[in-house]
Amino acid sequence: MCTTCGCSSDEPANMAQPGLQAKPLSVAGPPQKQFHLLERDVLQKNHHDAAHNRQHFEKSDVLAINLVSSPGSGKTTLLEKTILALKDEISFYVIEGDQQTMLDANRIEATGAPVIQINTGKGCHLDAAMVHEALHTMQPARHSILMIENVGNLVCPALFDLGEKYRVVTMSVTEGDDKPLKYPNMFESADICVINKVDLLPYVDFNLEKSKEHALRVNHKLKFFELSATKGDGMANWLNWLRLEHAGIPV
Amino acid sequence: MHELSIALSIVEIAEEEVKKAGGTQVEQIVLEIGSLASIEEEALAFAWQEAVKQTVLEKAIYVIQNTAGRAVCLACKREFELSFMYDLCPFCGDFRKELMQGKELRIKSLIII
Ligand SMILES: Nc1nc2c(ncn2[C@@H]2O[C@H](COP(=O)(O)OP(=O)(O)O)[C@@H](O)[C@H]2O)c(=O)[nH]1
Ligand SMILES: [Mg+2]
Ligand SMILES: [Zn+2]
Ligand SMILES: [Zn+2]
Ligand SMILES: [Zn+2]
Ligand SMILES: [Zn+2]
Repeated sequence: MCTTCGCSSDEPANMAQPGLQAKPLSVAGPPQKQFHLLERDVLQKNHHDAAHNRQHFEKSDVLAINLVSSPGSGKTTLLEKTILALKDEISFYVIEGDQQTMLDANRIEATGAPVIQINTGKGCHLDAAMVHEALHTMQPARHSILMIENVGNLVCPALFDLGEKYRVVTMSVTEGDDKPLKYPNMFESADICVINKVDLLPYVDFNLEKSKEHALRVNHKLKFFELSATKGDGMANWLNWLRLEHAGIPV
Repeated sequence: MHELSIALSIVEIAEEEVKKAGGTQVEQIVLEIGSLASIEEEALAFAWQEAVKQTVLEKAIYVIQNTAGRAVCLACKREFELSFMYDLCPFCGDFRKELMQGKELRIKSLIII
């Protein structure tokens, strides 16, 4: 990938330990066997690509956010409302990950923000190389926010760093407050947890305090926003956080 | 099912290592998988069959070494083993912890022929 963009290319680091590598076990007769102690991370290529994306983001002061959740938790709605509320102050760019359709990309396009759709087909997550390609196509302006809506799936996207600054996991109150216990890796890898659809709290059996307690048990550093993307309750806190992050004022 | 992309990444690395070593195929591959890595071994075995076809791993035996989860409690500073990411500290009951081990997903070694 570094060869296509020409920016700071380097070979994936080989983790093999010198003296231990390529030790021939037998020399007598074919086939020759070689034992290789590798200790290589399986996702090393993705880690490398993610680090490379991160360089892009830092160089052009782009705040990249990776939005993950189960299908239907409200990622696209949250994006639409966020862009509409802040578009006079902040330039947004959006990457939409979806297995098949263009539906979400069309919804984002209607807000006026530039959007690229990545269809992953059978793949159930975005990876850093896909985001890199989209980056070079879209070229987000300096000092903008790049929102990446991942494929709706609480398992696979947890493993794939995209180079984002923040990973935002959304759960909605219609999903059950044990979500963080069932999908711990996603909550463990996230920085922010949005609890969406709070307008439905009176109608569902969802214990808000318990859901947060569950989430904190897998990740004590999580920061929460409770909101209703459609009705607007709690949106002000979320928007304010984005404003401050965009301005580079750590919250 | 991310196990397929995991299997494909393993194939990619194995192809590269075999080429570097001047070999033709892999006889044995040892994978280290942490018990908190969110890899389902059955799903991986299934994906494996697809992913290794006509590659240097086609005939390889694969061995999985599991690594247990370990964390250090941020309240009492003691270390403990955990079976689930959401486990509380068995000594003081606190929920704040730093994971030290258990998310590994590594190729430990290869025997190349
Ligand atoms: N009641 C309620 N419905 C919501 C809220 N946010 C999203 N929805 C609805 O939930 C459904 C799925 O939302 P969508 O944004 O497409 O979810 P995504 O799959 O995570 O992108 C849509 O019908 C939305 O209108 C909310 O805050 N309250
Ligand atoms: Mg969506
Ligand atoms: Zn690049
Ligand atoms: Zn690179
Ligand atoms: Zn998957
Ligand atoms: Zn403790």
